[in-house]
Amino acid sequence: MNIHIPCPHCGPRPIQEFVYGEIPDVPATITDPDARDLDRAFMRKNPEGPTVERWFHTYGCRRWLTLRRDTRTDEILA
Amino acid sequence: MNEFIEKKVRLTWHEPKRSYDVVIVGGGGHGLATAYYLATRHGITNVAVLERNYIGGGNSGRNTTVIRSNYGIPEAVRFYQRSVDLYKSLEQETDRWVMHKEKGLLWLAHTEAGIRAERARASVNTAFGAKTDYVGPEEIKKICPQLDLTGAGVWPIVGGSYHHEGATARHDRVVWAFAEGAMQRGVHVHQRTAVTGLLKDGDRVTGVVTNAGPISANIVLSAVGGHVTTLGAMAGLRLPIRTHPLQAYVTNHYAQQFDAIVASTALLFYASQTARGEMLIGAEIDRQPSYSYRSGHHLLQSCSHRAITLLPFLRDLRVLRQWTGVCDMSPDYSPIMGKTGVDGYYITTGWGTWGFKAIPASGEQMAQLIATGETPALIAPFALDRFAKDRTLADRGSAGTH
Repeated sequence: MNIHIPCPHCGPRPIQEFVYGEIPDVPATITDPDARDLDRAFMRKNPEGPTVERWFHTYGCRRWLTLRRDTRTDEILA
Repeated sequence: MNEFIEKKVRLTWHEPKRSYDVVIVGGGGHGLATAYYLATRHGITNVAVLERNYIGGGNSGRNTTVIRSNYGIPEAVRFYQRSVDLYKSLEQETDRWVMHKEKGLLWLAHTEAGIRAERARASVNTAFGAKTDYVGPEEIKKICPQLDLTGAGVWPIVGGSYHHEGATARHDRVVWAFAEGAMQRGVHVHQRTAVTGLLKDGDRVTGVVTNAGPISANIVLSAVGGHVTTLGAMAGLRLPIRTHPLQAYVTNHYAQQFDAIVASTALLFYASQTARGEMLIGAEIDRQPSYSYRSGHHLLQSCSHRAITLLPFLRDLRVLRQWTGVCDMSPDYSPIMGKTGVDGYYITTGWGTWGFKAIPASGEQMAQLIATGETPALIAPFALDRFAKDRTLADRGSAGTH
């Protein structure tokens, strides 16, 4: 099954119309500014389970939306 | 012709001990190859490979089995060429028929920029030990007569590179060959043994917690596919990995011979023929980070549409099966191998869409690292700390397709 993302402007649209945007998540335990920059640039939380992420509707309304999704099943959560 | 006498694979199973010298998490190709080379090259056999499901059931059994070394940067060409060489002698060494077949790999260019890219690929390959030549349209037609050089009038084939040593092998057989070879020498492999945590002494990793109880080890190697970030977090590591699904599919039997492996970066697909005669087609990763194995109709549609512009005969075939694996993508499209900065915890990951072809070389080099404690020169550029050192290895040769 193809994934459809519920766009608040365009309704449910195939995921291929969107571009993924990660919400940066540098842990507060990293305090050195250089280490924070490094983490921000390269490191990923890569979560297994429910996560909140941003998607840009490139081939549609060209706006960002926020989505909750379970990365184990690709189920879109309310 | 099958010159090897087929014998039953002899896998021997044991009860888990409470302690090993080395515990390898992940019973795929990489984990089992590391165990195999530890046993055969370094005489280290007090080793356990832990697999949460069954061996070769993850990405080792879900890839499209291409073996090649035509990468875009010197470090990668050297490393993958080692793998190509080890694959060539694997059948003799393990006395197992892994159905290794040298086919040659055509990488097509459709534009002037594409021609420059393929010429560059051929040059860097030749300079660092891989056999790749630039070829023009006439040679391409000779190598693969089924190609439509006009690209359905839209994607004309104007040149390409031909990688002579491009090959395929049967992925299950590779996994079993390494598993059997390791087991014969005393390595324990434990299936259905999931790692749920790590034993730590201060910052040092001293073993793993499994659903079969704790197991202590001097060295823990993470050879996990897919869940490497979760395991790394248990060791206190943040990893530059994002996990994406990758889909592939095969058609029904194609009644003619299709010798080469054909790939196009511009069209984002590659095709080869399996030993059963099916046409195997793969493409790029899915766009959402995910651990899900679900596959979809969209990939079949868009990928087939691209594939038939170059290989029109595909339109008469039917899709037989489709499947999905998950790829650990690093930011620079190169693998991450070696020490992690956490004592007793080594890692081999970032195998994205190029894991199968690297199995023997990665296993051999990781085994050497574990046995000697020194990072071998061949994999030193792929260390995890390259990101902090601003020594990333962006590789155009690996990006795009397999």
